Amino acid sequence: MRIVLEKREARSKTVTVLVPIISFVVSLMLGSIVLGLSGANPLSTYGFMFKGAFGTWIDFTETLVKAIPLLLTGLGVALAFKLRFWNIGAEGQFIWGAIGTSWVMVFWNFLPLPLLLPIGLVMGMVAGAMWAGIPAILKANWGVDETLTTLMLNYVAILFAEYLYYGPWRDPDGFGFPGTKRFPQEGWLPRFAGRAHYGLFLALAIAILLWFLLSKTRWGFEIKMIGKNQKAARCLGVSIEKSIVVTLLISGALAGLAGATEVAGISHRLQKGIDMGYGYTAIIIAWMAQLNPLACILVSILMAGLLVGGDQLQMMVGLPSSMGLVIQGLLLFPLLAGSVFTEYRLKIVRKVEA
Amino acid sequence: MQLITTLLAVTLSAGTSLLYATIGEIYTERSGILNLGVEGMMMMGALSAFAVSFYTGSLFLSLIVAMLVGGSLALLHAFLSISMRANQVVSGLSITLFGTGLASYLGQRLGPESNGFNLAGMTASNFQKIQIPFLGDIPILAAFFNQDVLTYMLFLIVPLSWYFMYRTKHGLSLRSVGENPRTASAMGISVAKVRYLYTVIGGMLVGLGGAHLTLAYTPGWSENVTGGRGWIVIALVIFAGWNPSRAVFGAVLFGGINAIQFRLQAAGTMIPASFLNMAPYVVTVVVLALMTIIGKKKKGKYSSPSALGNAFSIEDK
Amino acid sequence: MEKSSVSTLLKMEGVTKRFPGVIANDRVDLELHNGEVLALLGENGAGKSTLMNILAGLYRPDEGFITIRGEKVSIHSPQDSMHLGIGMIHQEFMLVQTMTVAENIVLGLQDLPLIPPMAEIKRKIIELSDRYSLKVDPDRFIYELSVGEQQRVEILKLVYRGAEVLILDEPTAVLTPQESRDLNGIIKTMLSEGKSAIFITHKMDEVLSFSHRVQVLRQGKTVAACKTEGTTPQELANMMVGREILFKIKKAPYRPGEPKLILDGVTVEDPTGRPVLKDISLTIYEGEILGIAGVAGNGQTELTEVITGLQKAVSGRITLDSQDMTNKQPLHLIKAGMSHIPADRGAMGIVGDMSVADNLVMKRYRSEPIASRHGVMHATKIFGFAKKMISFFKIATPKPETLVKFLSGGNIQKTILAREIDSCGGVLIAVYPSRGLDVGATESVRNNIVAQRDKKAAVLLVSEELDELLSVADKIGVMFEGELMGIVDAATTNKEELGMMMAGMRGGNA
Repeated sequence: MRIVLEKREARSKTVTVLVPIISFVVSLMLGSIVLGLSGANPLSTYGFMFKGAFGTWIDFTETLVKAIPLLLTGLGVALAFKLRFWNIGAEGQFIWGAIGTSWVMVFWNFLPLPLLLPIGLVMGMVAGAMWAGIPAILKANWGVDETLTTLMLNYVAILFAEYLYYGPWRDPDGFGFPGTKRFPQEGWLPRFAGRAHYGLFLALAIAILLWFLLSKTRWGFEIKMIGKNQKAARCLGVSIEKSIVVTLLISGALAGLAGATEVAGISHRLQKGIDMGYGYTAIIIAWMAQLNPLACILVSILMAGLLVGGDQLQMMVGLPSSMGLVIQGLLLFPLLAGSVFTEYRLKIVRKVEA
Repeated sequence: MQLITTLLAVTLSAGTSLLYATIGEIYTERSGILNLGVEGMMMMGALSAFAVSFYTGSLFLSLIVAMLVGGSLALLHAFLSISMRANQVVSGLSITLFGTGLASYLGQRLGPESNGFNLAGMTASNFQKIQIPFLGDIPILAAFFNQDVLTYMLFLIVPLSWYFMYRTKHGLSLRSVGENPRTASAMGISVAKVRYLYTVIGGMLVGLGGAHLTLAYTPGWSENVTGGRGWIVIALVIFAGWNPSRAVFGAVLFGGINAIQFRLQAAGTMIPASFLNMAPYVVTVVVLALMTIIGKKKKGKYSSPSALGNAFSIEDK
Repeated sequence: MEKSSVSTLLKMEGVTKRFPGVIANDRVDLELHNGEVLALLGENGAGKSTLMNILAGLYRPDEGFITIRGEKVSIHSPQDSMHLGIGMIHQEFMLVQTMTVAENIVLGLQDLPLIPPMAEIKRKIIELSDRYSLKVDPDRFIYELSVGEQQRVEILKLVYRGAEVLILDEPTAVLTPQESRDLNGIIKTMLSEGKSAIFITHKMDEVLSFSHRVQVLRQGKTVAACKTEGTTPQELANMMVGREILFKIKKAPYRPGEPKLILDGVTVEDPTGRPVLKDISLTIYEGEILGIAGVAGNGQTELTEVITGLQKAVSGRITLDSQDMTNKQPLHLIKAGMSHIPADRGAMGIVGDMSVADNLVMKRYRSEPIASRHGVMHATKIFGFAKKMISFFKIATPKPETLVKFLSGGNIQKTILAREIDSCGGVLIAVYPSRGLDVGATESVRNNIVAQRDKKAAVLLVSEELDELLSVADKIGVMFEGELMGIVDAATTNKEELGMMMAGMRGGNA
């Protein structure tokens, strides 16, 4: 007797919805093994994490603070993945967004103050788009592998930002603190509760807009065609090169906007620690949400909760905050293993005499 | 002369971990499996080797554990991409995300209580350079014969890997599975078995590469000990044209960049450290782009295994 | 080659194999005698290849058993099959392109030493290739060989392993008539050495010239098994399709109009700079079907791709309605009214992971009424349009929202045909449009193509079936090694003339 996978006649909708939910539960169970083995009580740890992320209104606003950049980068990554363009460079694009915004905020003194915020955010998007544009053009014109280029450029972006805040952009009155001058208050992104700023509503609006564009317009239709069968799309007159570049510029702009809102809404300066790994978590978000922009909203709040809960662990029980990262990493495994069941089912076959 | 010898020696030492991982990934990719989890496996290899050395003092045991840890993560990737037909790019990425996260967690958890459970900042027994008598005294050549055991082992592993892939029965099977799994299967080779085997072997070698970082190259644990080496390895596999002997050149090139970086930093150059540190990543992008653009014109010997990244089932049409 | 005493070598009894949704083999019995060639005849999809894949160990049967020399055997893997002396040459060659001939021949051999003694192996290969006149250099890489040579490597591989029963799946599909005759000779040599063969085909003339006995399959079931001697092609054909086939295509008289599509000295090179299409000049008139014959891989793909904008011409000129179309983007050509039914329908014709409805609008989604001027697509309009097309072209799909990849090959082709014919604005490029389809679907595809020509479209029809070209096309051009050997009148030419041109002889008005 053995177990084999058998192809279904049609894709199962129920399984498609169930798999991410079950995956989340399974990854918590796997995480409890890690916790148990490293000498912590899984149940109480999860309890602390949950309380830390969602327990009080003020905790929840902290979760929202992290959900904003996660949602924006997640959307950017999901968009690129729809094209089967493996953009794992959201981290670098995020950092360039932060650099672009900071440049406007700190050095464009000639701007009328009310224009500082809008132009600053736009510059962040442009910078992020530019950083995604490099691998996009390399891929579109010469087929250069994008997983490597996008990832390598992350390191370059981080080191460049480091150069700026340790070097020429360092605040001369900052007592050696690695960071730029604080932005003028007029350039700050206003907050509505705790540290949660209006970038949240911007991100939500973009998620809905992106969902509409992808599912209801010609542009979305073409992205779907390319992502699912590039050769056929080309045969049917779709310009692959143009689509890759345009889509990736948008993908990069979204990650760039995430970096922009982070410096304009939270830190109010470009400083050490800007590379928080949101760009990597974004990959998990995009895949968990099965590349659906609306699903990205829910998933990024969940992921933000894991991160905030992880931070709280450190403060409350002295466990390393990277526990949040471990659970995030664990999330994808059951999801990847489970996806197969949308198109296949398990079948037990008894040995046949042939 | 002395300077060249020193630079070369540092280059070889810096290139060692890269070469272990590159050869490992070549085995994996030759079987048709793309494993982007190298960074994560390397990180876990580095951490586990250091932790074992710290607690037991046994370098041998450290290496064994590093291999087992790298191999287990690779086994997970094999299970997801072979048995569960998962997307190999995403599966590999999740190995990396999980591996780096877990290494970071364990690094702050497995240490002694006196150090706040941190492993960072601890010292453990590590590999020493062994000078080979006579050969280790000749200028230039001395660079090759003043190395640690792991580097010396490569002098054997590289040619053996080449011979294994191109001259033995198992190498034949391995190449056929990555190139044309349908054919391999029709010729009675179990595609799944071969892919599992070499994905795991690849992971073990990657784990050894990680161990070299914390036990020999820069003894001690720190959270970004790999610093993206796992990703450079993926590029090195392409530069090597999936051939273990050509992997040496890439590893030496990147090891060399590391060595020069150190040298310049120590000499207090005018170039900001950030830009020096960018070098390996920028060079990777540039070389990769050039290789792809030029490589388009020459197909055959230098191209990737045809079935790389594709799931296989015999009843697929 | 008549044997006095008939001894049964291999027997399959009551073999059934099911795939999700279909029964590929339904209680099939089969018998092979010592030293004979058995022809397995049937249409595409009749279950011939599946049945043979069971013998070759690639598939496992759901029911039934196999005996060899009276002993019951179980075949679980290709290795088992090989041990029993059965070897199969698949339609798609089982060769690793980047390995040498010798490496391919010994690949997977169980008793191969850890370090294969290559010198000895090569000696044995040369010895065998002399014995069966299968000339091939063991040191060459497969990608350097022609298709005919690759087939010889496949045969050598089986002989090297001591195969007693050779199964050949449509071996002549990729060969020129001359190469087919050589193959016939090779098989005769093998029979004289006591080997037997099963020969899968759907061509009557091959059954008659190659085999001793013939077994006909239809829809997974055996419909006849008899001596070849004494049967007629008409009889076999009737058994194969189960009704009288009248391949008479309704076609208006040939009255060409203005020149529509003109190629003048078009040359295409592959990425390494080797010319794969050499100096092609041809004209297709309105209301004309120009057929293209030739063994697969002689430049047909490049020809259709350079016309549809998928490949670049390095020299020459392509004009459509006297407008220059050389190296224009596919979209430009589509807007100029070009339709394309590509060779590889799964890979290029459809997006399998999208719905039937979506696939049907893939040429109309750019403009009203499917999409508004601002680019918003209307779901109800898509749905309505798809329903109309599905019923008009008789596409069998559960729902318009069903993913195309879940349809059968024939219905996938009908989906492509529906889309391309609906959007056709005067030029239709059809590449192997009936490949792998059953009789009903083939007929509908051919009639639809002819209907376009009757509506004054210029049609280029690439096909590997000479019968199809002779009955559908008005003129036939023959390609060989990237060159056009000539264009002949379909009404006056014959298979012999076409066969000569396919082998590289110039003819017609070249």
